[in-house]
Parts: sequence; C-alpha cells; structure tokens
Amino acid sequence: MLTEEELNIPPYSLSKDEKRTFLTKHLVALTRQHYEHCAEYKKILNAISFDINNISDYSQIPFLPVRLFKEYELKSVPTESVVKTLTSSGTTGQKVSKIFLDKSTSAMQSKVLTKIVSSCLGKQRVPMLILDSSAVIKNRAMFSARGAGILGFSIFGTDRLYALDDEMNLNVDAIKAFLEKHQGETIFLFGFTFMIWLHFYKELKKLSVKLDLSKGVLIHGGGWKKLVNEAVSPEMFKLALHEVCGINRVYDYYGMVEQTGSIYVECECGHLHTSIFSDIICRRPKDFSECEWGEEGLVEVVSVLPESYPGHVLLTEDVGVVLGEDDCPCGRKGKYFRINGRIKNAEIRGCSDTYAAEASNAARV
Amino acid sequence: MPQEFSAIQNEVKFLFPTLGNIDGVANHRSFAPFDGLVCAFLNEVSKKLLADNEAKAYPDVVTFAFFCRKANIEQIKNTYDGRLHGRLGRGVTFHIAPSNVPINFAYTLVAGLLAGNRCVVRASSKDFAQTRIVCKAFCSVAKKPEYEDVKNFFSVVMFNHSAKVMDFFSSICDVRVIWGGDNTIVEIRKSPLQPRATEITFADRYSFAVFDAKYVTLMNDDEMKKVAQAFYNDTYLYDQNACSSPRLIVWLGNKELCDKAKEKFWNAIYENISSKYSLAPILSVDKLTARYKCAVELDAMKIEQSQDNLITRIQLNSLPQNLNEYICAGGFYLEYDTENLANIVPVVTRKFQTLSYLGADAADLQNFVAQNGLSGIDRIVPVGKTADFAFVWDGYDLIETMSRMVSAV
Repeated sequence: MLTEEELNIPPYSLSKDEKRTFLTKHLVALTRQHYEHCAEYKKILNAISFDINNISDYSQIPFLPVRLFKEYELKSVPTESVVKTLTSSGTTGQKVSKIFLDKSTSAMQSKVLTKIVSSCLGKQRVPMLILDSSAVIKNRAMFSARGAGILGFSIFGTDRLYALDDEMNLNVDAIKAFLEKHQGETIFLFGFTFMIWLHFYKELKKLSVKLDLSKGVLIHGGGWKKLVNEAVSPEMFKLALHEVCGINRVYDYYGMVEQTGSIYVECECGHLHTSIFSDIICRRPKDFSECEWGEEGLVEVVSVLPESYPGHVLLTEDVGVVLGEDDCPCGRKGKYFRINGRIKNAEIRGCSDTYAAEASNAARV
Repeated sequence: MPQEFSAIQNEVKFLFPTLGNIDGVANHRSFAPFDGLVCAFLNEVSKKLLADNEAKAYPDVVTFAFFCRKANIEQIKNTYDGRLHGRLGRGVTFHIAPSNVPINFAYTLVAGLLAGNRCVVRASSKDFAQTRIVCKAFCSVAKKPEYEDVKNFFSVVMFNHSAKVMDFFSSICDVRVIWGGDNTIVEIRKSPLQPRATEITFADRYSFAVFDAKYVTLMNDDEMKKVAQAFYNDTYLYDQNACSSPRLIVWLGNKELCDKAKEKFWNAIYENISSKYSLAPILSVDKLTARYKCAVELDAMKIEQSQDNLITRIQLNSLPQNLNEYICAGGFYLEYDTENLANIVPVVTRKFQTLSYLGADAADLQNFVAQNGLSGIDRIVPVGKTADFAFVWDGYDLIETMSRMVSAV
C-alpha cells in the first residue's frame, strides 16, 4: 500500500529509474497479494508457471486482459469488505465489467486522482460545471463508468451545476446564472468527450449562445471513437469549444473503470502523461514483446492502486504509441503517449452468425 | 404465393441473372438429379473460370472450378450408384449462404441444382471478388443459346437484412438451407415456410482431430512438411474459424510417445506458419483471454509455453463436458493424451462435426462412432481435408435431402 509520504511525491517528478524501482516494488507486492487472496488470479499464474518470487521488473508481471473482468467477479477481499462496485458502460445486452472496491482502494483512488488533477487545475477547489445530466449518478449502488467519473471528479468542485437536464437538454439559463455568480473565478468543467460535442458544443452553436468560459479548465475523457465518425479531430474539438465559449484550457484524459484514479491527463503539448502511480507499456500483438517508442502496439496499463481486485496489470483493447519518457517539452517526467483507438475487430473468416448480427444492427437503427 | 414479389423487388439485387427471374424460377418444372443441361452448364462455367485471369488469384474459385468439371461431377454421380432412380428435385430451394465464406454460395447452389431444384441463393452482402467472378461466369455462359433456359433455373441475389424479403423467399421455397450459426438460424426461422417445405440448417459445430503419436514420430521430414501444410489448410487458412477446423487434438499413445510427437509436430507447424500467417491483434487478445478462461475454469490443465502468440496450446488432463466453451480462433488448441480413444466418448456431443485423423484408419473411426452410438461426428476425413466441400455435409446427403423419391409399386 502507498504510504502517506509516497502519496505526497509530486505525480510527475520521478525520473525513469526512480519510477521503475517505485512501480516494481508496489506492483510486485500487489501481485503477491492478489495471488494469495484471489483464487482465479492464482490459478492463472499457476497455469503459466509464473514464479511470483522471482520478479525483477514490473514489466514481467502477467497482464490480465480487461475482458476477464466481464467474465468473472475478480476480487481479493471478502465480499463484506466491498463498499463500491464500479461497472463499465456497455450497451444493452453486452456483459459489463465489475470492479470491486474496498474502503482503502476507493480512498486511494480519490487521493491519487486529486494529486493528478490538481497538477493542472491547482490545489484550490473551484466552482464546477458538469457537462452531463445528474440522471447518470442517480443509482448509487451500481456506478456506471460515466457516473463514477463524474463523482470522482466532483471532489474538485465547490459549487456544482449539471449543465444538462434529465432529457439531455442544455440548461442555458442556469449556466448563465452560475457563471454570473462566479464571475472572475476559475471554473472547472468536466464531461465526456462525445457528450460535450453533442449536447454542449452543438447546442450552443445551434442556439447562437456565447458563454464566457475564458477562465475555464475543461477535463474530458471517454474516447474519440464516436467523434472520429463525425470527423472531429482533437484540434478541431479545442478550436470549436473556444469558438462557442472562449475556453483556452482543454485537457483530454485516458482512463478506464478498471483502473479508476490513476488517470492519464493530456499536457499543454497534447501528450497523454503517465504519473508515478501508473504506467503504459505498448506490446506487439504477435508475441507481446515491448514496442519501441513510436511503434504502435496493444496498450498495457499498470497502476499501483488496485488492492481489492487484481487489476494492477492489465492488457486493454486499445492501441497506442509511447512517444517518449522524461523529455516532454511540458516538463513533466514519466512516459508520454498517444492512444490511436480500439483494436480493429478482426474480419472473421469461416462460419459465424453474421445474419443475426445484421439483424441486431438493423433492430438498433 | 402469399405475397407479391413486386412488394420487395426494390430491396433485392440480382447478381444472376442481372434482370431478375423470380417468376421463371418459381414456375419452371423440376428436374431429375444430375440433369444433363445442368451438368453441361456447370462444365462450361468451370472452363470459363479456369480461363479467367482474375479468378487465378483466388484459390477458392479455382477449387470450385475444378469441382464443377464434368469428370468430377460424373464421379460424384457414380457414387450414388442407382440410388437416384425415381428422384426429382423438391422444387425451389432457398439458400442463405454465410456472410464470411465467399465461395460457399456457389457450392450450396450447385448442390441445389444437381439435386434437381430451381434455386435462389442469397450471397453475402459483402463485396467479395469471388462472388462477382463466379456470377460473371454464370452470366457469360447463360448467354449461349443452348443455355437459354438456365436463366429460369436459379438466381443469385443480395439483400440486406429484411424480414419482408426473408418472408417472401421463405414462402415460395420447398427447401430452405441456412448456413450460419445458431443465432442466424433462430433469426431466419421467424419467417414461416409452407407446410410441406423442409429445412436444412448448419448450426454452430466444432471439430477435432485424432493423431497417432507413434505414426508422427516415425514420419520423415518430407512427410512432416506435407502434414504441416495440410494442417495449415484445416486451421490457419481460415483463422481456425470454419466449423470443420479442429479445436481439440487427441493424441493417441503413451506419454513418452505423445511428448515426442507433439514436439515434432508443433515445430513443423511453427515452421510452416511463422512466415505466412498474420495473426490479427484482436485474436492475440482473444487467445490470451481464452487461455486464462481455461486456467480459471478447468482443473488439471497447463498452458504450454510458446515463443509467440501464433500457436496456443492447452494441455488437458481430463476432458470437460462443455469443451466447446473453451475454443478460440486464430490457432488455439486443446490437447489431450490418451492410450484409449474410448476415453473421449463421454464428451462427444452433437456439437461435434468433423473428425480429422493422422495415422489412423477411417473405417475404424467410423466403427468407433457407430459402436458407441455417438450423437456427434458427421464426417471423418484425413488431416488437410476438413474444408473440402462434399455433398454429404453435417450428416446430410444434400442431393437426397433436397430431392424427393417418387415411389412406384
């Protein structure tokens, strides 16, 4: 577990070797802990004859594919210690990931998120405009990824306003009143990339409403897949938002429900950054060896936070590129990288249920 | 006809004949299996394809062309040895080809025609070159005056998912042939058939192989290389996705022989595939997930070490009843060693389709299926032949199933 001192290390301050030692120490400890307390994890490591007593570097620790969290309820604590269950957002009918948090893991997630976010937002809590509907967080027993994200980030807001009503309509009057009330203050905006585009940017544009958010800081996440379909690039996204509300500071983040807290935030140079609490390794699909910097691969994510479930070393279904380490012009240490999107669904050859798939697609339209 | 074709014709695209011919197909008389004009037409199509430069780039089209040659069709006809006397096609057969195997539409069509039917085939809505090349040959041969009537024998159509179109073709057919997985069958069965119509469905199936360990250890290098290529054709050629691709390999022999044979066999496979098989990234993630699923759910198993993700092997010390839940595409093999084939009897369910063999005797294996009254295993073929199309498929004789017997006393 992270000590109070370790938590206080500035999140982008360790150099390559220091970070490697730090991560290896914690991730090895987590590997042992999950091996002892999670039966499924133990079976997996045994089946590949992995020796938990002989790990010299965290990159050697086996990664679990994130899909396993959809297949099994993986946890390393007794059920009665679970205080919160996070679920991934999946469309109806799909299996969702379930992530079990105990008190300690949940608290650590908040603390680390605070460290990371305050490095771009500042240490003070500020008024917060949530570019979503409060309907998303109404069911507190089962948090969706969207709800968990909103609640997680809400700790940075003093006065909070949901910009959208339950029907996802933009509440322009309430926003104007909110900005009036907090004139001159930094405003923290948070939301999901596609929702922001659809329900905030497009609405403002349509209504020809101009807001003054020149003192705003927007942190957004959730991925670009749907915006790529609309041919919106990250640059266009920033320009378009600037146009409707004058906002200058817009940061994308990469994160997933399986590793809440240790997120990867974009810097001023447009690069996603790893903090000391997490790391990215891109791997070649052919043999899972590590890619060179600049070479696209499957994204492995590691985090020192997951104590209550074996999610400290995961293989995602995203592809990305590590761009460098410790030398981003923004001055932050650690690896910086780019996410290129999801892995392409293989073109299936052979027999399969394609007519049924077409039917379900047709039904959705 | 409960519904008029005109109501749906805008949703249907005809690849053959390009102007459409539903009335002609619906009203033409039936013919006897292996009808002379049909066989002659297929032989012409075969010649056309074999002379087509574009077709040469597609081995599956070339294989189909060889299949349609007069000599081959004659040979198949001869295997029926008089059993077809008195038979006539059932009428109109409606075939729904799988979307992912380009050439399958052509084989199912040929089976329907040779059984004596007029056929409507729904080809994959994907834009496959193979579909285009084969239909081009059909059109070109049908232009000749002697094949004028062939335009009323069959149609190759494309249409997007539509209950109305599916309802229409289902309502005019005497036999519906569904190639596709369980979900596709459920979906299509929502469209009713005429009371006397029958249906042939190719549901989700899985296949396995039986290899004799001693036989493998005794093979010389050349033989081993040939077997490796044959195994490649059974598996990696279609990403191990075909229902006839082996998922489980049963090694017959004692432990020492099995270990030796496996090392030799997999080295040869690796040598064969390493430079030519490109594993899709999603499949390496799928395989990793499947590997760990086996680790979590199965007892007495071991994940074999491998140098990369091309060959994934799971050694099983006992066979689970739900074996089919542990399969994965892209080169994922469950392996089981035994000295007695009878040990697999309890797990061979109706989901098992093809048994491919190496160093075993086909007749012995056929007896094994019969003597044990197995509900699975419909085909027994040597390694390398799992994907070869034959008129007996999945336990159906397509010619007999799509024709009717006119009895006379």
